[in-house]
Amino acid sequence: MSGTKGLTRQQMADRVALEFQDGWIVNLGVGIPTLCSNTDIGNRDIIYHSENGVIGYGPIAPAGEEDLNLVNAGGQNVTLRPGAAVVHHADSFGVIRGGHIDATVMGAYQVSRTGDFANWKLKGQKGGGIGGAMDLAACARRVFIILEHVTRDGSPRLVEQCDLPVTARGVVTLVATNYGLFEPTGEGFRLREIAPGLTVDEIRSVTGGTLTVADGLKPMQLAG
Amino acid sequence: MAQKTKQLSGFREAVADIPDGSTIAFGGFAMPGVPFNLIKALLEHGAKQLTLVANTTGGAQQPRMPDIGMLVENGQVKKVICAFTAATRPTDVLPFTPYYESGQVEAELVPQGTLAERMRAAGAGIPAFYTPTAVGTELAEGRETRVINGREYLLEYALPLDYGFVRARQADAFGNLRFHRSQRNFNPVIATAARCTIAEIDEPILPAGAIDPDDIHTAGIYVHRLVQVPPEPDGLWPTKRQERRR
Repeated sequence: MSGTKGLTRQQMADRVALEFQDGWIVNLGVGIPTLCSNTDIGNRDIIYHSENGVIGYGPIAPAGEEDLNLVNAGGQNVTLRPGAAVVHHADSFGVIRGGHIDATVMGAYQVSRTGDFANWKLKGQKGGGIGGAMDLAACARRVFIILEHVTRDGSPRLVEQCDLPVTARGVVTLVATNYGLFEPTGEGFRLREIAPGLTVDEIRSVTGGTLTVADGLKPMQLAG
Repeated sequence: MAQKTKQLSGFREAVADIPDGSTIAFGGFAMPGVPFNLIKALLEHGAKQLTLVANTTGGAQQPRMPDIGMLVENGQVKKVICAFTAATRPTDVLPFTPYYESGQVEAELVPQGTLAERMRAAGAGIPAFYTPTAVGTELAEGRETRVINGREYLLEYALPLDYGFVRARQADAFGNLRFHRSQRNFNPVIATAARCTIAEIDEPILPAGAIDPDDIHTAGIYVHRLVQVPPEPDGLWPTKRQERRR
């Protein structure tokens, strides 16, 4: 991720974490989304759910104190917060499909102006890695995406239409990139907040669809 | 409940009768709950033309433990049903992936929740179910969907198993199981879906009745064979997660 403009990975995660409300049940995807759990969001209590059935996990276990039979979705040895519960996999996805997840945060290759997103398969790849992404995408109450604004060769990742196989259609409501905070509008994307050092024109030139700018565009809100 | 013990003395004996062509599921998510010792025994047993069901095909972490990829490398596998045929990070290559890409092994890629529910359904006598997962994606192309209360759902079929390999913290002689933390994952649903469930157990097998009935996660009626995992180096245990080799 070196040489990219705007926000760091942690700052993108911080911005999304600021959306979490007290008491929400949140599922964080592997990679940048995991960093949301580091963000200081004051005294709001968030219950983190992991696909393997852990409801209410806490920080990564300190070295030497790991329980090797306790991991989050990324396979990291985590801790449990008071009040945590463990259920089996079918029940864990009942939590997801049943609409009990307030928000899921995932990484993606692309997000479209209509809220489709793609994150399980590359172009021309046979098979892919779905994991729990399709269940979460279809069923979480809110789907938030964090991704770098452009690909390594400079192409937009916020696009008119995904040309990679989608994970779900019409579900994304909020996108944080290193350039800003966006909402898919159907016609394009609405820029709600802008990262330091970026201009609207610069962002427009690397964003698919029509870029609109929210009234009273704000600088990107950052934690702490 | 007079019951002869289900405890066997070793892993080799536990898998000895598995015929070629069986469908076998392995529990586990990352390290916890993976029946490493039974998978190792299956490698040594050599049954072929297997259909294997698990969340992943393994090999993404170091040190490498017995996994589906090794059974594939050993020429024992016809088909894999899983939620990942490739690694989450596109730059990582799973040992299984080239076999799948070259067509030497078939794979059915299934969303993780659908995979769990298909086994749960099989164990619970539900032949098929509708789920919102994967609607509108490539996986749903050409398949039956139905609109219920204004939302589109995809039809998924139950996934019955011949054998289920599971790992638990405690068992009693009747086969009642108790898991520790995220060791549970797919294991209880696999036990219900399999005609024969074989469990590897961390602790010495307890007498029937030693686990309070209210604390049992998987009822012993679903578990047919038990083997206690010996200490290292004879037994395989979860290790600390290592960064992938670069």
